[in-house]
Amino acid sequence: MSRALIVHRVGPGVTVQDHGRPGYLAFGLSRGGAADQLALIEGAALLGQDSSLAALEMAGTGGEFEASEDMRIALTGAVMRANIDGTRVRWDASHLLAKGSRLTIGPAEAGSFGYLSLGGGLDLPEHLGAKSVHLAAGLGARVKAGDHLPLGADGRHDTGLKLDPDPRLDGGTIRLVPSLQTEFFSTAEIARFETTEFHRDSRGNRMGVRILPQGEGFQTEAGLMVLSEVIVPGDVQITGDGTPFVLLSECQTTGGYPRIGSILPADQPKVAQATPGAVLRFQFVTLADAVEIERRERDRCKMLRSRVQPLIRNPHDIADLISFQLISGVSAGDDLERDETWL
Amino acid sequence: MTPHPSAENAGWPRIRTAGFDGFLVSFADHLSEPANRAALAFRDAIGRAGWAGVEETSTSLVSTYLRFDPLWSDHAQMQAALEGLLGDQDWFTAKLPTGRRFWRVPTVFGTDMAPQLEEASKAAGMSPEEAITSISGTRVRVQTIGFAPGMPYLGELAEDWNIPRQTALTSQVPAGGLCVALRQLVLFPVATPTGWRQIGQTGFRLFRPDSDKPFVLSPGDEVLFEPTTPEKLHAMKEDADGGAVSEVIS
Repeated sequence: MSRALIVHRVGPGVTVQDHGRPGYLAFGLSRGGAADQLALIEGAALLGQDSSLAALEMAGTGGEFEASEDMRIALTGAVMRANIDGTRVRWDASHLLAKGSRLTIGPAEAGSFGYLSLGGGLDLPEHLGAKSVHLAAGLGARVKAGDHLPLGADGRHDTGLKLDPDPRLDGGTIRLVPSLQTEFFSTAEIARFETTEFHRDSRGNRMGVRILPQGEGFQTEAGLMVLSEVIVPGDVQITGDGTPFVLLSECQTTGGYPRIGSILPADQPKVAQATPGAVLRFQFVTLADAVEIERRERDRCKMLRSRVQPLIRNPHDIADLISFQLISGVSAGDDLERDETWL
Repeated sequence: MTPHPSAENAGWPRIRTAGFDGFLVSFADHLSEPANRAALAFRDAIGRAGWAGVEETSTSLVSTYLRFDPLWSDHAQMQAALEGLLGDQDWFTAKLPTGRRFWRVPTVFGTDMAPQLEEASKAAGMSPEEAITSISGTRVRVQTIGFAPGMPYLGELAEDWNIPRQTALTSQVPAGGLCVALRQLVLFPVATPTGWRQIGQTGFRLFRPDSDKPFVLSPGDEVLFEPTTPEKLHAMKEDADGGAVSEVIS
């Protein structure tokens, strides 16, 4: 039997995701793919493999999984409480999941979408050129208890690595560029949009998230009679009641509600990961600045592998030596993960 | 549709950026048949031009969208290429795509399957009966495919149907639901929340991911929504076409 991740118990929002399927916009199918693309790239960096391999995206909570054979795993994105056979393991790290071991991933402690990447990636059939499930389009289905998810071949054995991720789990300032309908909003409304504090609403999914302004909603003269026009992930749509709705990876491809701006790809993970109630602010940048920001972001992604470090830290780098169990820390690769001080 | 005088197109086409990595070339700011044809033909022309850095193109009702990699090509370069191509011909006189089909789609109007017929008719200043006659008697054209996979925007309906979308979203219109606003009809391939009012229900599956033709309708196809009863529609529920039949438009 081929190597597989056996699913014993699973949350309601667990799906197979990759970078999605670009190229079907003309047919009304959005790209889809992981809500937090950076988390896939981080998972791939931890496992030393290509980020195009499919992983599990876990919205809100994970589940209980078993390894049919030894396999490498990496945990990234929203921080969830995870243990292997009862021993807590560090998030944003790679681990060995030995044959027969149980991996339990609980609810998110920070952020919305956690990711479980596997050495060799998930080896599932492609639909229209990608493995990612597109829930809004009815393409593929959620992972369910009893599933055996086959893995691709993995030529590597290294585990016990960690990565300090770019902070993006608790809201913050989101940069956006003016887009095709920004001019429908008055200068005063744009200014108010930039100075308003928003809270992520409890309503949100892979298609998008609603964000609630402190104070009044936003208005345009164009109102409800705008001709339907192309939508891309990151667009901030102002719905009929003036509330912004940020479109994410599984968004529709056209829409008639006016859009005030479009969030930079670099900041889209921050919106996807914000938990209900998280504070978000918006800041317009010029297209030229946006290109520079994206260039730096792309370079950073390319360099991620060089930021991966062993879970065992050099004692010289540890500021507070007293709080660490040095003896177990230097003795074996995975021991230190059991110490809560690492989490 | 009445032909548009050339003055209608003054100031168009217009090029705008769309998000960080896109351009939108619009041929009008309202629905117009020449602008719709122009958008389709211009997208074809971009495809034939084969510019480096272009990642994807599509059309909406009156616009052509292009996505590119701004770190590979820059915005100024891409804008200049678009301007150059626009100057090549009068896009408003472009022909419709070839290989178009005409579909007759059985539709239940009103009843509890399409609960907003009355409300939509009222907004259009008609009785529900007049509304059914008006809609089912208009052969509409697929102007674009968008929003959801394989989903057509169809038009153009009589001026009475220039009604706005509703302020609040309907939380769920089922797959096959026929909705109206802005002199247009949309037919949903999957259950979806929407601001459009549902006036009809069909059994026509627009997106068939495991078929060799996953997207059934194409821009330029024409459709007539023919009234049927809930009982007849129910009897056709195993049929992916929901009783719809088509022929090539010659």
